[in-house]
Amino acid sequence: MTDVIIIGAGPAGLTAAIYAQRAGKSVMLLEAKIYGGQIVNTPDIENYPGIKHISGFEYAQGLYEQAMSFGAEFKMEAALRIEDKGDYKIVKTANGDYEAKAVILATGAKNRPLGIEREADMVGKGVSYCATCDGMFYRGKRVAVNGGGNTAIEDAEFLSNVAEKVYVIHRRDEFRADAKDVERLKAKENVEFVLNSTVKSLVGEDKLTAIEVENKETGDVTTIEIDGLFIAIGQMPDNKAFADVAELDPKGYIQAGESCKTETPGVFTAGDCRTKEVRQLTTAAADGAIAALAAAQYIATLA
Amino acid sequence: MSAITITSANFEEEVLKSDVPVLVDFWASWCGPCKMLSPIVEKVAESAEGFKVGKIDCDAEGDLAVKYQVMSIPCLVVFKNGEEVNRSVGVISEEQVRELVK
Repeated sequence: MTDVIIIGAGPAGLTAAIYAQRAGKSVMLLEAKIYGGQIVNTPDIENYPGIKHISGFEYAQGLYEQAMSFGAEFKMEAALRIEDKGDYKIVKTANGDYEAKAVILATGAKNRPLGIEREADMVGKGVSYCATCDGMFYRGKRVAVNGGGNTAIEDAEFLSNVAEKVYVIHRRDEFRADAKDVERLKAKENVEFVLNSTVKSLVGEDKLTAIEVENKETGDVTTIEIDGLFIAIGQMPDNKAFADVAELDPKGYIQAGESCKTETPGVFTAGDCRTKEVRQLTTAAADGAIAALAAAQYIATLA
Repeated sequence: MSAITITSANFEEEVLKSDVPVLVDFWASWCGPCKMLSPIVEKVAESAEGFKVGKIDCDAEGDLAVKYQVMSIPCLVVFKNGEEVNRSVGVISEEQVRELVK
């Protein structure tokens, strides 16, 4: 039996793998996609202590190699559910059942969709959630960014250097993003703010040609011709499969304090999937360490 | 066999006129997720049977990206008898990549 199964191989899960293994525990990592998590989409990390600058890809690669250097087992399989058997847990995937003494849920968060019609169908045809990935395809074109947080403002800034015109569509008239960044964006000639507004629909069959935007105050609907819509309205967790062992908050995040312990003994959680205030690379890594050491401590009580 | 580098010069020969299906990976050096997908695509290429795998650098081959309306990368497109038959955007698992060319 493996000592610790870690579900999710982003910064929290991989850090947990390092700490658990250094505490002498065997580790299996289960990851539905590929290691790295959301940080892979970040071109420049400049707020990780001790590293002045690194790309998200390089960071993820280094962290993965570090975690694997202790001999962790890595499986590209999605965890479907956890069965609590008391002294041990069974993690079920499409490929089989895996047993462990403790489980760490580090499932992260994913991009929140707008929830409008044909959104999923139009991904890759003009709808995108990653400006740094896809921005270059809109050189000299017209784009819109939807959102008011740091990601939206950073995306708009990035796109304003590439695209001919950038619309920033935000449902309020205030921004959660850093004021300094918003001011800098406002000064740009090719950026236009469309405030108190939401995107109602996507226009175009095989390719996005325009969006319909509704002003929340006046109720007016206007059509804005664009080639690309970048959606940056935040993240959402995906923990429903584990709700029977780890209580979720109303937003779907796993209820756990700084101790990273869930209500089920032997089930821990780390990173963006946990209820918390600040979701950053450093806090994900910190959670990974706490959850792993808590798991090691828990395992010691079993014997 | 490892993945072939596809350019506008060999696109017709290697992809459109190929007698087996071709899985094409549209990527770019500045795209982090592309770098994550790349080793998976390479692994699939090495054990490919009944199909082949090519890679297109969207920076160097912008015309091909535009022609095939690639607007999000990483983007995998499967061509069969010169026609696009399947497409996937974003990082996917090795299993899902294999599923695309089935």
